Amino acid sequence: MTNKDIYITGGRVIDPSRNFDQKADLLLSGGLIAQVEKNLQPPLGALKIEANGLIVTPGLIDMHVHLRDPGQEYKEDIISGSLAAAAGGFTAVAAMANTDPVCDNSSVVRYVCDHAARAAVRVYPIGAVTRGLEGKEMAEIGRMKQAGAVAFSDDGKPVVSGMMMRNALQYASGIGALIIVHEEDPSLFAGGMMNEGAVSSVIGLRGISPQAEEVMLARDLLLLKTTGGRLHIAHLSTAGSVELVRRAKSEGLPVTAEVTPHHLLLTDRAVKNTAYSTNTKVNPPLRSEQDRRALWEGLLDGTIDTIASDHAPHHPDDKDVEFDFAPFGIAGLETTLPLLLDEVASGRVKNLTLPLLIDKLSLAPARILDVPGGTLQPGSAADVTIIDPKRITTVTPAAWYSKSRNTPFAGRQLTGAPVWTIVGGKLVMKEGAPAGSVEQG
Amino acid sequence: MQTLRRKDILGLEEMSAEEITLILDTARSMREILQRKIKKVPTLRGRSVLNLFYEPSTRTKASFELAQKYMSADSVSVAGSSSSLVKGETLKDTVRNVEVMGVECVIMRHPVSGSSHYLARSIEASVINAGDGMHEHPTQGLLDMFTIWEKKGHLEELKVAIVGDIRHSRVARSNIWGLTKMGAEVVVAGPPTLMPLDMEGLGVKAYHRVEEAVEGADVVMALRLQKERQESGLFPSLREYADLYGLTPQRIAGAREDALIMHPGPMNRGVEISSELADGSRSVILKQVTGGVAVRMALLYLLLGGAKEE
Repeated sequence: MTNKDIYITGGRVIDPSRNFDQKADLLLSGGLIAQVEKNLQPPLGALKIEANGLIVTPGLIDMHVHLRDPGQEYKEDIISGSLAAAAGGFTAVAAMANTDPVCDNSSVVRYVCDHAARAAVRVYPIGAVTRGLEGKEMAEIGRMKQAGAVAFSDDGKPVVSGMMMRNALQYASGIGALIIVHEEDPSLFAGGMMNEGAVSSVIGLRGISPQAEEVMLARDLLLLKTTGGRLHIAHLSTAGSVELVRRAKSEGLPVTAEVTPHHLLLTDRAVKNTAYSTNTKVNPPLRSEQDRRALWEGLLDGTIDTIASDHAPHHPDDKDVEFDFAPFGIAGLETTLPLLLDEVASGRVKNLTLPLLIDKLSLAPARILDVPGGTLQPGSAADVTIIDPKRITTVTPAAWYSKSRNTPFAGRQLTGAPVWTIVGGKLVMKEGAPAGSVEQG
Repeated sequence: MQTLRRKDILGLEEMSAEEITLILDTARSMREILQRKIKKVPTLRGRSVLNLFYEPSTRTKASFELAQKYMSADSVSVAGSSSSLVKGETLKDTVRNVEVMGVECVIMRHPVSGSSHYLARSIEASVINAGDGMHEHPTQGLLDMFTIWEKKGHLEELKVAIVGDIRHSRVARSNIWGLTKMGAEVVVAGPPTLMPLDMEGLGVKAYHRVEEAVEGADVVMALRLQKERQESGLFPSLREYADLYGLTPQRIAGAREDALIMHPGPMNRGVEISSELADGSRSVILKQVTGGVAVRMALLYLLLGGAKEE
């Protein structure tokens, strides 16, 4: 069945790939972007989307999510995760490898691709760097890449051995594979539960030193100087990490970095202010105010390339326990865009503009992962997100499409929300609900 | 008599000086009951209390249980190892089951910081924190203040030096909050690896030399040193700790002559404190224990609304 053409009229079109930011109409046809012009003639038989007062952007891409599928479908699965992505304004996500079984071979990569074919948005598998995420033997990176893996990561765990990391970077460089790292020195992490600092000292939770991240990051940047290959740093959380990446970039190293909305918006005080809510338990942990400010600076000056949710869904039962016993993680697919739009609307962050935000959420991740998207150039895939910058919503986990409810932002009233999500010319979400053609989980 | 306008006792950080004063005043009346030949009043007759201890405890558990008996409350005690926790039942389910049997107050000791906050918002019954991880041990803080107050007649302007493993100590945290709210000056001392990384939040001055910290102190309090801290590489040996940081008459020579010597127990004699000090004339270590029963009676009375008529 061919999709109806879609005609989007009267919106402010922001296309970071062409520095395009003006009122224009779009025609999507045959799964591609057909035309982007002012006062485009409305074609016959096309679905018309009235976008006056709305923002039309390339489909947003979340390059760091956990979909728990295969193996932990009670937390999330590829279909529910993709619906959450569509509802959150994303047209593509990259799913981490720490599933059960681990996505460390081409069979599991193909499993993800097969399920992704029925998902609401594009789901790109990320393969493991090492077999079983154990850090000992290299996984079949090449075969997984052939099967469709877009990057390789042991995320959730660091690659502890320096030699293993060096070999992986070197080997990956030969086949143009991207390595994504979760930077954490286990001995410095030391069973910690939250950021180590003034707050942990008061409330008595074991601290996770910023050094646990920075020591490992510094090591990998040193390795990268000689290995070649491309390295992407997942979820930067400290001022020191921002500085390390900034310096590496100024030296011309092929490194990119991401930050999560929760690290941009919250600090370790949230753990205390919520009286130890396990929804504030996340790894890397929510850091200090100084770190939070440094992350914004890094994002604005280009040190940090992209914003990713690190969507880490957990079943409510898993989080309804004592702090130490709860798993780490915040679910973010349905909050990331509204939270960031609210930052733009409020003007709290100086120099944070809508075009900059759209770049970080679309073009930047497309380039890092080397996947289609991030552009509204005619001829490219018709992945489009339409945003209402004035719509006011309240974070309501009970109404999520994700199976999870774990967010520290519940109850927040936010200005700005996605209203239409279009993937490959197909409408997958309208007005915050999945469109008819989408399979429900 | 007034009652506390709160459901739970989770920590001294959130408690006001007025509330602490009320508790100490009430404890003084309770201590009179303890001096009677027949130590039993009907105040909490028909009220039910659960003692839930997920960590071993001798003093605190006995103290709470006796406080309940002296006030005629009905109580049941569940120890961590024998509880359903090991069978995989969650804390919330365990306590909710006991709650529907009619329990109105849960006393809990738990190895995880913040557990008592979690429990308090999960159930309707009152919660008294009997020690949660490295966070707080409010009833210990209160009984320490009660002991000092009885001996010195006041708390304001006293200098209290707490010596030892501040970093992992819930006793230290509760004492710091309580004493500073009551106008005392608190200083702490110990090896840097046993100090919280960031003292800013606690608002007390930290020393690495015990001799400096105890200079002019009215109270010197030793903390229990746990052997597992040595195993995790935070200091080399118990004997070195004793040599460098253990409290002895010589080491605390700079404290006031009438300085009180305190220890929350259980003591490692010859490690964090010498027997000479622990058993000496300035020691109030056993008085702390007696005060503990009075303070816990006071808390049960104030929380369970002893003033309320049936």
